[in-house]
Formats: sequence, structure tokens, C-alpha cells
Amino acid sequence: MAMLEFKQMFAVARKEFHDRLRSRWALTVAAVFTVFALSIAYFGAAQQGAVGFRGIELTIASLVSLAIYLMPLIALILGYDAVVGERERGSLDLLLSLPITRFELLLGKYLGLAGALALATLLGFGLVGIAIGWQGGQYALFHYGGFMLSALLLGMVFLSLALMVSTFARGKSAASGAAIGLWFVFVLIYDLMLLGALVASEGGLPAWLVSLLVLFNPTDIFRLLNIFSLEELKSLYGLATVVPDALTEAWVLGLAMVAWVLAPLAVAYAKFRCTT
Amino acid sequence: MNTPTVEVTHVSRRFGEVQALDGVDLRVAQGEALGLIGHNGAGKSTLIKLMLGLLHPDRGEIRIAGQSLHGPAYRTLRRQIAYLPENIVFYDNLSGLETLHFFADIKGVARSDCPALLEEVGLAHAARRAVRGYSKGMRQRLGFAQALLGKPTLLFLDEPTTGLDPEGIREFYEILRTLKMRGVTVILSSHNLAQIEDRVDRLALLRQGRLKATGTVKELRAGLNLPLLISLKLRSGGVQPLRDAFAAMTDVQLHLDDGIAEIRCEHRRKMPVLAALGGLVDWVDDVDIHEPSLEDVFLGYAEARDGDA
Repeated sequence: MAMLEFKQMFAVARKEFHDRLRSRWALTVAAVFTVFALSIAYFGAAQQGAVGFRGIELTIASLVSLAIYLMPLIALILGYDAVVGERERGSLDLLLSLPITRFELLLGKYLGLAGALALATLLGFGLVGIAIGWQGGQYALFHYGGFMLSALLLGMVFLSLALMVSTFARGKSAASGAAIGLWFVFVLIYDLMLLGALVASEGGLPAWLVSLLVLFNPTDIFRLLNIFSLEELKSLYGLATVVPDALTEAWVLGLAMVAWVLAPLAVAYAKFRCTT
Repeated sequence: MNTPTVEVTHVSRRFGEVQALDGVDLRVAQGEALGLIGHNGAGKSTLIKLMLGLLHPDRGEIRIAGQSLHGPAYRTLRRQIAYLPENIVFYDNLSGLETLHFFADIKGVARSDCPALLEEVGLAHAARRAVRGYSKGMRQRLGFAQALLGKPTLLFLDEPTTGLDPEGIREFYEILRTLKMRGVTVILSSHNLAQIEDRVDRLALLRQGRLKATGTVKELRAGLNLPLLISLKLRSGGVQPLRDAFAAMTDVQLHLDDGIAEIRCEHRRKMPVLAALGGLVDWVDDVDIHEPSLEDVFLGYAEARDGDA
């Protein structure tokens, strides 16, 4: 296999990125994030009869719940047709005849889409971050920054999963079906099953197994990353008693997230490489 | 033949139940223009994709300039190769110029080369329009411009004139001619024999995944030994002198119908037949000699030899 060349890869990345800017995709998603984040930060407590900024802990707890639903969905929609779309349109053969390796093509696509997602996330949540920093000071800004980065990482994970789906799927509709399936599993079903297992075993599951099971779901990692950085939330969720100590280390969780970005991409490449 | 640029050695490829290619051997020399001829589904596109390294053969080997497309020469070879797929599809949201820029970036060609190429394929006027609004012919021209980026030395063109109007077809072959003069090797597929007959050096006839014959148009005709047809318009009273003239030639078929005579003979008997006709100057109004058409040749190879396939 040829040596990695960045020029070709960036040409692909640039095109994907520009496409998302031009179609106003990035702007739309940023607007969606802004509206949701603002609503949660300022009107989240409206049911309790209060309107306004409630302190960073509760705001982040609400934002995390929102991001767990929204981020994977947006990332999956962004990436599910990256490869299968080209294949179905008939432009993949032409791309593959060019002096670019399949690795560079796949990574270029990923980087371009990731750039667009990063822009939308940082822009969308960043605007609200300014307001939060102004209201809550440095402490709030620091934790909000942490939330933003972890949300971005969550997006990168699901974008990676989307590309994997895209290399395996036979058609675009199959790819979208698989993407929605992944969303259901990771966002809705997995936690229910895990909770069910914990309750059924009456706390009898060994700690290492629970850790492992939590690490197998990137949305859980994302949740832990945000919750365990905030003392007040730890006790609020009562999770401290259930979750093993290893999973309260931010670097362990961060590494796990990075692994979640790389693993699906590696699988995607392994598949893409041998599709002939 | 010079050193071959493309060597296809006993290549087979199957897609599920369909044997798309079966034991194909083919050599294409540097600077040669080869026409791949066959009906839809004959295996032309599959063969092109195999030669491009987009598909792997189940059996056999393909070498470009003596090297495998999947080895360390991957990128070097690809820089010299260009491909125009059948029914080319571009990104609708980009303009023609932006499309070329994208391909130029990947090929490592300066973007400043793009406008001239659009000019060459007759798309300069539409350079800044979105490809969405391009006609099929315009897309094909853009595809051709894309293929010419970076001055490739080996061009694969899959049904390149599909969707082009007669003017476009003429221009396409004009560009092809200049490429040939530059020494570019061209492999193009077509199901339109008449169109490429005079425009390629050699033909390769594919049928149901098998290579039926290769050669120049002349060689293919000779190889098949199809009968030559000579038709005559006789003057009244010319029938008997004609019968007499050919009475001795038992290998020549004579068919008479209301003042029109048709003579069928092997190609090698052409001159003796014409000599015999020379004695009938007073009885013949007009003579037409029909060489077997390329379509006849193609059908001949495709069908007559299915038995030994």
C-alpha cells in the first residue's frame, strides 16, 4: 500500500466540509444547538416556576440529557451516506481510480465531516457558553467547556459509527436503517438492558463487569464524563455507589471515547479495503 | 508490438452466478488505441474496472507498465491513468470548474490548468454553472475534461460517446486523435461498431465474458473469411454471358433476380472474379463491391464460434 499523502486526503476533506457549509447544514445544526441549549439553560426550570440561569450543575445535567439524544442522531445523519452514497450514485469508481488510497479517501471524508460537525457544535453551544460564562463565571465556563468538548467527542464517535455503517451497507436506505438502529441501541435500549441486569442481579454483578459494560456504550461514557466532574451531581444521581472508581477518572473515560472514535473507523477501513 | 502497457493474463471474474469474464488474455501496446466491442453485459465494463484495479480478478493477473496496480506502484501508476466511467455522475452542487478543481487537487494538478481543459471540451461557457443544470452531453464532456487532467498516458474510456450529439461525437474523436498523436494509450469500449471502426488501431471482441477475437478491422475480416458480395446491374441479354463466364468457377455462387445479379465469393477470389467480369463490359451497367461490414464480422465471431467456446 502506498504511503499516506495528506494532500489528497485534505482535498476530499475540504470538499466534504465545504459541501456542509454551502448547503447551510452546519449553520442549521448550530442554530438547533443554540436554541436547545438556550432553552435548557434559561427555561429548564420553568416547570418548577422559575425562569433563568439555575447554576452550572443543573444546566449541564439537562444539556447532557439533550446531547445524548441529539448528538448521535445528527452525527449519524451526517455520515451514513458518506461511502454508500458515492457507491449508489456511481461516483465511487471514479474516485477510486484516482491517485488516492482507500484509506485517504475514508479518512478525508471523516475529517471533512468531523470538521463540519465540530464547527456546528462549537458555534451552536459556544454562543450559549458565552452567556453562561457571563452569568456563572470561570467555574461555570470551565465545566461548560468540558461539556462542549465531550459532546463533540460523542459526535465524533457516532460519525465514526456512521462511516462504518456506510461502508457495510448495500444501499442508502439500508444504511439509514442501520444508522437508526444504532441510535436506538446506544441511546435507548442499552441503558435499559444494563439497568435491568443490575436490578435483576441485585447488585451482584462484579465491578469490573459493570465498568466494562458501561465502557461499551459511548453515550454512557459521555454521561459519566460530565457527571463525575461535578461533585454535586454525583450525589444527586446516586451513581457514586454503583460505578467503580476507575470510571470516575476523566482520562480513562476520555481514552475510552477516543477508542470509540478509532475502532469503528478501523473496521470501516478493513471493510472498505477489501470491497472489490 | 512495443512493450505492452497493459497486460491481461488469463483473467476471470465472477459475480455470484454470473461469469462476467472468463480467461481473458489481452495485450495493449504503448500508444495504441484499442476498442473493446461487445453487447451490453459482454464484460466490457468489468474488464475496464479490472484493468483499473477497481476490481480484483478471481484468477489471472493484470499488469500496467509491468507492475501490479495493487503494489507499491499504486499511486505512481494511478497518476498516469485516467478513467471516464460509463454514465458519469458528478456532484450536483458543484460547478463545472469546481468539479475540475476537486479532481485536480486529488490528482496533484495545478488548478490553473482547469479553465483551458474546459475550453478544450467546449464547456468554457458553463464553467461556473452548477453541474445540476448540465445536460447528459455536457456531463460527458466534463467527464472527459476530468480524464484529461494531468496529461495521463493511459486512458480508459467506458462508452465515451454515450449521450453526445453528433457534433459532440465528432469533437470527442478529434481530441482522441490528438491524444493518440501525443502517444497516449487509449482503451475505449463501445457497442457502436461503425462509430469506432476507423478510429481505433485494434478491436477486441467480447461476448459473454470471453474474448472472441482481437485484431485490426482488416485482420478480423480476413480471419473470419466472410464472403465478399458483388452485385451487378445487368443489361438485357446479359444473363447468359454471365452464366458462361462463371461456369468454370465452382466456388463462386451466382444468384440472379430480375436484372440484378449477386456474386458471393471468398475474399481471396476477389481478383479472379473481377477479371472475369472484365470480359462482360458490354453486358453490365453497374458494379458494387460490398466488403463484409464490421457488424457482419462481429456477428460472425460472436455466433459462428459459440460452438467451440
